[in-house]
Amino acid sequence: MNASFFLGKLTLAAIPYQNPIVMGAVVTACLLGLLLMVWITYQKHWAYLWGEWFTSVDHKRIGVMYIILAVVMMLRGFADAIMMRTHQALAEGMGQGFLPPEHYNQVFSAHGTIMIIFVAMPFFIGLMNYVVPLQIGARDVAYPFLNSVSFWLTAASALLVMVSLAVGDFSQAGWTGYPPFSEKEFSPTTGVDYWIWSLQLGGIGTLLTGINFFVTIVRLRAPGMTMMKIPVFTWTILVTTVLIMLSFPVLTATLALLTLDRYFDMHFFTNGMGGNQMMFTNLFWIWGHPEVYIVILPAFGIFSEVVSTFSNKRLFGYVSMVYATIAIAVLSFVVWLHHFFTMGAGADVNAFFGIATMIISIPTGVKMFNWLFTMFRGRIEFTTPMLWSLGFIVTFTVGGMTGVLLSVPGADYVLHNSEFLVAHFHNMLIPGALFGYFAGYSYWFPKMFGFQLDEKWGRRAFWAWLSGFYLAFMPLYALGFMGMPRRLEHYDNPVWQPYLIAALLGTALVALGIFCQGVQLFVSIRNRNALRDTTGDLWNSHSLEWSTTSPPPFYNFAKLPQVQALDAFAHMKEQGIPHRATAPFAPIHMPRNTGVGVAMGAFTFAFGFAMIWYIWWLAVVSLIALLVTVVMRANDENVDYTLSADEVARIESNGLPHSAHAPSTVGAPEGVAGEKHNRPAGTHDLATQGRE
Amino acid sequence: MKKIWLKLLPFLWLAQSGYACEGDCGNSRWAILDPKGPIAADEKTLILTAFGLMLIVVIPVIVMTFAFAWKYRASNQSATYTPKWDNSHLIEWIVWTIPAFIVLALGILVWRSTHDLTPEKPLVSTLKPITVEVVALNWKWLFIYPGQGIATVNQLMLPAGTPITFHITSDSVMNSFFIPRLGGQIYAMAGMQTELNLLADTPGTYQGLNTQMSGEGFSGMHFEVRAMTPQEFQGWVNSVKKGQLKLDGMHLKQLEVPSENVKPVYFSGVAPMLFESILQKYAPDTDPTPHHDAPHEHTAHATELKINRMTP
Amino acid sequence: MTAHILSAPEASLVHHEDHAEEHADNAVFGFWVYLMTDCILFACLFATYAVLRHNYAGGPTGKELFDLRYVFIETMALLLSSFANGFAMLSLYRRERATAVLWLIVTAALGLSFIGMEVNEFAHLISEGNGPNRSGFLSSFFGLVGTHGLHVSVGLIWMTVMMGQLIFKGITPAVTSRLQRLSLFWHFLDIIWIGVFTIIYLMGVL
Repeated sequence: MNASFFLGKLTLAAIPYQNPIVMGAVVTACLLGLLLMVWITYQKHWAYLWGEWFTSVDHKRIGVMYIILAVVMMLRGFADAIMMRTHQALAEGMGQGFLPPEHYNQVFSAHGTIMIIFVAMPFFIGLMNYVVPLQIGARDVAYPFLNSVSFWLTAASALLVMVSLAVGDFSQAGWTGYPPFSEKEFSPTTGVDYWIWSLQLGGIGTLLTGINFFVTIVRLRAPGMTMMKIPVFTWTILVTTVLIMLSFPVLTATLALLTLDRYFDMHFFTNGMGGNQMMFTNLFWIWGHPEVYIVILPAFGIFSEVVSTFSNKRLFGYVSMVYATIAIAVLSFVVWLHHFFTMGAGADVNAFFGIATMIISIPTGVKMFNWLFTMFRGRIEFTTPMLWSLGFIVTFTVGGMTGVLLSVPGADYVLHNSEFLVAHFHNMLIPGALFGYFAGYSYWFPKMFGFQLDEKWGRRAFWAWLSGFYLAFMPLYALGFMGMPRRLEHYDNPVWQPYLIAALLGTALVALGIFCQGVQLFVSIRNRNALRDTTGDLWNSHSLEWSTTSPPPFYNFAKLPQVQALDAFAHMKEQGIPHRATAPFAPIHMPRNTGVGVAMGAFTFAFGFAMIWYIWWLAVVSLIALLVTVVMRANDENVDYTLSADEVARIESNGLPHSAHAPSTVGAPEGVAGEKHNRPAGTHDLATQGRE
Repeated sequence: MKKIWLKLLPFLWLAQSGYACEGDCGNSRWAILDPKGPIAADEKTLILTAFGLMLIVVIPVIVMTFAFAWKYRASNQSATYTPKWDNSHLIEWIVWTIPAFIVLALGILVWRSTHDLTPEKPLVSTLKPITVEVVALNWKWLFIYPGQGIATVNQLMLPAGTPITFHITSDSVMNSFFIPRLGGQIYAMAGMQTELNLLADTPGTYQGLNTQMSGEGFSGMHFEVRAMTPQEFQGWVNSVKKGQLKLDGMHLKQLEVPSENVKPVYFSGVAPMLFESILQKYAPDTDPTPHHDAPHEHTAHATELKINRMTP
Repeated sequence: MTAHILSAPEASLVHHEDHAEEHADNAVFGFWVYLMTDCILFACLFATYAVLRHNYAGGPTGKELFDLRYVFIETMALLLSSFANGFAMLSLYRRERATAVLWLIVTAALGLSFIGMEVNEFAHLISEGNGPNRSGFLSSFFGLVGTHGLHVSVGLIWMTVMMGQLIFKGITPAVTSRLQRLSLFWHFLDIIWIGVFTIIYLMGVL
């Protein structure tokens, strides 16, 4: 038994201590983590965090944890972006930038992987976790424990990506990881293995979430909520879960095959020996293209909620919206080839996929117009969520246009793999996904924590982000027309440099936007008493999540609401139907918190790490541990409990059950949040009437 | 190849006036918008046409966003307010059909242009095309001129006005072969041959490059394209033929060793079937290990994949 | 008004009593949905096999490697195990615990012999130098058949756990629901195997 048995390929040399940039990042991350832990220990918060959060099976708690994970990973992904932009701004001619090629390649690979898999995915999954059960009038998701497992799988794989910074390297093959470059022959280090396992394990977590929410929406809707009475955000989530269920198994299979190539010398995608690299490209994008819609459709749902709420008007063309969403989802499966028109598939195939891609712009365009006609003859309040939505509509339209351009094969031949492409997909994903999540974050924040986010800093963040986006990405469109390919670590063309410097300045503006968001959170927490939402319906909204208190009790609804109309809550307010339950109450059946999810996440992390470093004994042990955990959980009969009617009555009369974020709201002045003064007279009174 | 109906589209003036080449046209700023060959010119026209068609939807959306946001701001109490109004068949009908018609127009454009510009389609010319075999290596390009019996590394000499047929493969990872000012790119993949047909209208020096990230030497993996008169080209071929260096299996082995920012190299001769042997090395039915007695009657297998088929 | 908007307490109580059953119902539905996603995973592997099926890299073809008679016996073992599983479920619904366990043992034994035969086939191929690293064709063969075998093995572990639960916990709603799901899983693997048998073995040899 030697060291290689215990540690596999892992040696001290795996830690890049000779690289000051990496080590600086590692030390900073470790210090921040340590500081946080010291603070938690000092404040004696561990028991609370463990008992109330880590072991929680409450969809609301899990949702918040997902969002925190997304925000942390966004900071990491954005740090990568700053490094790339700085490097490219410097690396012209004699300038070598500050990153060697193998490091630069890792940075852009990590940036893409993190932003898609560990920022966009957890962010919308967090929002949907929080909102969907509330919107459909359910007490939790279909499988609350599975929900916790999904989260901890995602967290474990995010941790794997973070660990790759300190131990070993990350993939250099881009977030798409095309073989044969990602094969052992050309990428012999552990980098690609980190990429494979973090995507694979996180992907399984996402697939489980997809199934969970699909069943939740199909089976757990409140009585009376027929399909065409489902709130539009939930509709987009329903369609998204279908996309997840149809596409993520493809990712699982594709990554598994690449794993077999790398670990067992098999020949699925290798050069020669009967491998076929084009098959990977096809399979990857059969997952990858629907994945784009998986992150964008939920944002579309958020925009629908936000535009309608802040236009103080019903959503225009609900039915049309639903069908457009479904059409986008169906079409998203027949367009994957547009990611590689330049592979030589022939004119007929290319033309088919080009036209199919353009057809997607029809339902997308319909959605745009429907949002515009929702604003038409409304009373628009320019709150932060609404600003994000308006910024989205204008910016996304530009991105859509460049997208249709790229879907023309003849045009794609010259624009493929260029900075134009980079500009295009950022132009889709930043407004189309991220702005939507930010809108959702500021829109539902008062529901989550009982107080509103500071509007002034929110507006500042928006304008910095929006202008930063344009300054960062419009030059890249120009660079695409100048023939600059993507992923260049060095170039000899002085004409490009000013554009790249402009893009760097844009990134700095975005950094300012992120700083403003940080300040916004800080200021809002400090002024939380002034920003308190006492009504539960801060924005005079229309769907059921607003009929609860802010934050809602952990069982969501003391009695399940009866849905009579689309915009169920607006209907209740109009008809004067009381929407808060009154005595007598019935007992409520609830799932018990459990640490099994955390344990499974930990074992999964150990398994992933072991596989990456060829530590076979640890891989076997952690797999067995996972299996034993599942079996033990299956034998555990004590997984739920019943909350007595008296207890429900007590919680309902005292206001809120969990005191952490919600001290007593009694006596807080009505309408302190500045926005409410802008409301058309009368509507707000209606909102509170039912409760009083 | 230019279609008259394409020319008729009114916004083409943008192409002529807005992006005229500045100063040294050989090293133009707007590579894609300053084409030097018919394929690149058509691709540029296509971009501008599609762009113009899309503005029909894009401009109204942006204008409406600003107009509606301004007119129906909450403080403008005089504007009409219809909180319950949520449907209009007329509007629905318009917002579904207008984009559909534009996509229909674009679809026709796509169908035609894709068949016109498909990389494997030979260019129509009175001159006999020249074939160049292109091999992507780590991290340089090898160009074999089978008709002339010479080869170069990282420099591509072409006679202007003569159609060039590129047969492209890779002796390494996936690469993408691209000469922006002459036209569209195509992947280079081991064991497969892709084809690209281009033509340079006028003599000049252009840049060619790899656009598919291929590792540490990727950024330096570009080459000079020099289009010259047919006479100059013939003279260049003759001068190269006087050289001593011949490209054979041994030299190929040396080229396969990864190297970065490689200066041009000329070979005065090329071993027969060298390109085919590179293709064959990675063919799906090739057994690279010598001890197996493989059925070698399928030597043409690699070339059967000429325009490689997509996986089902 | 209130009464018909908010569910009456009585309704809630009834709802609560039904909760376990409703929960089990959701579990079966969810598992069914999961099986559909698994189906897509197998579809990818079938597609991979279809693409790589002639990429022999100078190595042996399916015709040279596969013994249809052997695989037919293997197939029969799996099909019969599905039958046995069906009988186990019938006994379960009749609340005959001992018979159900017995049938589960038969199912598991047949499943185990299927896996044993497969492992034997794999070992044989590898020992002759025709392992998964020999060619693209063999990679895709081992990939698809091996993934199916892995599923069957997981099913066997699950079945063992369920026999234990049946013996120690009896026929509770939770155990019934789990057995229903296991049964779905088992039949599903049968259907996949019929695809494997037809596409890889029959079409490979004939």
